[in-house]
Amino acid sequence: MIAETLKIQEESKFNPKKFVVWLFVIAIIMFFAGLTSAYIVRKAEGNWFNFNLPIQFTYSTITIVMSSFTLWLTKKSLLNENLRNIKVFLFLTISFGLLFCIFQYLGWKNMNLQNLYFSDDANGDKISASFIYVLSGLHVLHVLAGLIFLLVVFIKSLSNKITINNNLSLQTCSIYWHFIGIVWIYLFIFFNIT
Amino acid sequence: MTSIAETLYHSEESEPHSTHHHKENFITKYIFSQDHKMISKQFLITGIIMGCLGMMMSVLFRLQLAWPDSSFPILETLLGSKWAPGGKLDPSFYMGLVTIHGTIMVFFVLTAGLSGTFSNLLIPLQCGARDMASPFINMLSYWFFFLSSVVLTISFLIESGPATVGWTIYPPLSALPKAMPGAGLGMTLWLVAMVFFIVSALLGGINYITTVLNMRTKGMSMNRLPLTIWAFFFTAVLGLLTFPVLLGGALLLIFDRSFGTSFYLSDIFLNGEGALANSGGSPILFQHLFWFLGHPEVYIIILPALGITSEIIAINARKPIFGYTAMVISITGIAFLSFIVWGHHMFITGMNPLLGLVFMIFTLIIAVPSAVKSFNYLATLWRGNIHFTPPMLFAIGLVSFFISGGLTGLFLGNAAIDIQLHDTYFVVAHFHIVMGCAAIFGMMAGIYHWFPRMYGRMMNNTLGYLHFWLTFIAAYMVFFPMHFIGLAGVPRRYYQFTVLPEFGIWNDVNVLITVAAIIGALAQILFLYNFFSSIFCGKKSEQNPWKSNTLEWTAPVERIHGNWHGEIPQVHRWAYDYSKPGFEEDYVPQTVPVSDNEEQLAFEHVLSVDNAKNEDNYTVSFSSLMLKWLGLKKS
Repeated sequence: MIAETLKIQEESKFNPKKFVVWLFVIAIIMFFAGLTSAYIVRKAEGNWFNFNLPIQFTYSTITIVMSSFTLWLTKKSLLNENLRNIKVFLFLTISFGLLFCIFQYLGWKNMNLQNLYFSDDANGDKISASFIYVLSGLHVLHVLAGLIFLLVVFIKSLSNKITINNNLSLQTCSIYWHFIGIVWIYLFIFFNIT
Repeated sequence: MTSIAETLYHSEESEPHSTHHHKENFITKYIFSQDHKMISKQFLITGIIMGCLGMMMSVLFRLQLAWPDSSFPILETLLGSKWAPGGKLDPSFYMGLVTIHGTIMVFFVLTAGLSGTFSNLLIPLQCGARDMASPFINMLSYWFFFLSSVVLTISFLIESGPATVGWTIYPPLSALPKAMPGAGLGMTLWLVAMVFFIVSALLGGINYITTVLNMRTKGMSMNRLPLTIWAFFFTAVLGLLTFPVLLGGALLLIFDRSFGTSFYLSDIFLNGEGALANSGGSPILFQHLFWFLGHPEVYIIILPALGITSEIIAINARKPIFGYTAMVISITGIAFLSFIVWGHHMFITGMNPLLGLVFMIFTLIIAVPSAVKSFNYLATLWRGNIHFTPPMLFAIGLVSFFISGGLTGLFLGNAAIDIQLHDTYFVVAHFHIVMGCAAIFGMMAGIYHWFPRMYGRMMNNTLGYLHFWLTFIAAYMVFFPMHFIGLAGVPRRYYQFTVLPEFGIWNDVNVLITVAAIIGALAQILFLYNFFSSIFCGKKSEQNPWKSNTLEWTAPVERIHGNWHGEIPQVHRWAYDYSKPGFEEDYVPQTVPVSDNEEQLAFEHVLSVDNAKNEDNYTVSFSSLMLKWLGLKKS
């Protein structure tokens, strides 16, 4: 019954705060769309060094999918009013998020080992590496913002403040976190096919 | 279900505002205020101050252009011997003035000062909301703007001077801190200011969109919104979609400047030797990213002014706006087209001619919605009972500038002609008339019109008329001759082009322009005096001085957070029932219910999706409205 009410609330009207998050999502989409377009335009001009993405980026992709999955499980446990599981799954989500950042860092280290630096003045064709550093770096900044957001929700949940009737922070956080995961998947596919 | 939830939500939200008495001290009331009316005043006054700065800069470089060889000792006294040695402007300072004048006018006055002021003031008041969706984000938006203004102004106080690379900051000049003094710290400060500005614009825009779509009062369906709100809404949408792209482009520029990447920097050879360590970058890439914002930006500037004009022309002609639906659809059309025409700023970058053709066609198509708007303004004026109040004069002035500036846009949008005219004074004349003067006139119209709403007092009419005529004549005298200079091929931004033998003949014209510019600048003193003195000792205004229909005039003049005492008024009709047959007064406020025997005018009938039957269901969605209006959906 309560779950149903929540569902109705969710469907019937979007809260302005939730709407604000969606608008932020649109702004971030445009941000990455602009940068990936720059990547395409620059690549089309030639003088472009192709290389394989470090394997760590594949691991990080799996991690971010996992974190989205655990966040989904958080919502599930909210609907089942399982307050303990909310904390567990939120904790797991944050851990996967941190793991994602670590994998990204290892990926950059791996690129460095292959002599692909953020700024390599002498080799203009290695701008491809700069692009990947910039895009993944800016993405990680968004992930860190998401982690702070998740942490706030997690702290709230520790004192059982996330309930079936009061979960706007979890909802908005979920929108952002799933979205930011999708951005990485987009970037990962984008890097691999272009 | 939807409407019930909405009503519940509204009552929940409004409760604390209407009943709870705010304890305010000086800081929360005037400085870190979260009240949209105060924030709009903050935007306006900051915008006016920045506008004065930008205007004084233009007078300074106009002096240099008109009398390039004379010395003005007063300049040395005012600016110091570094920027005006011997009373003559230093060339790099001249470039700094041009750059910062452009930046201030485009972003700080006509984006934040115009859209920031009136979106903040009118969106909650005309939609019937207690405040913005998030008053806190709204406050942040202002303070980021303030910070940005301070950073930009500070760049005049540093040793190497402000950015001198032009407001479009094209690399490689802007990407090489060592290229010239103004590309160093001044440029860095410019970029920092712009990052703050983008944050401010995004936060503001997000708030405006959310408020328009979610917080309208009962009965205020999308098709009853005043055209001002439609314009602010699309302005915010444009900002939301384009500013992030500029942010991306600016970040890449910052990386090039400070971290040695080669996004925009390529190898540059001086005397056969590579002068730079960079290689392989593409300066054209920056132009793409910049103009993807830059072109919608000009609509971010002009759309609010057009919205304000629609409202003021209808009110002062005492007639319903002609073609409300056409107006909204043309705003939508302009907003959509603005995303796919940025290439017309780059015709001479070696663009593929086919691509140039595509950009050219889309650019010229913009003339269609623009013409629709102009015709509708003229048709609204046609046989109206016109009241020539100062805001009305400024609104008509906007229409004049919009037409005369728009016509030269047809030349510039044409790739073949643009090759000759690119970067000449013709371009300067075009954009100053169509977006500079037109938008400033829209802003002035808005200030004169909504001053009573902001401060509860009227501005002085006589000074208003003087201000209008002096500004109007001066503006045409400044920018009209520039077309001819431009047709002769004189490039913009030159420090002393009359020294070149083929351009020497333009010296007299330059003097004329400068004299007109000084007259125009002096005329603004009238405005400043009028504005600031009227705040304190203007004539007290009535509740509804212009006899207008919209909701903002039903709210009490005294400043309360929450806008209305008690309930938010309910809306029963569209905003343009002026001179409606069957009514004693020549206006019918939106809050007056539709009586049973009231005549429904033809255009009104088309507009009322719901009528009395569906009075509750006012959440007409934007997309369904558009489909209906475009004839793709039958009601």
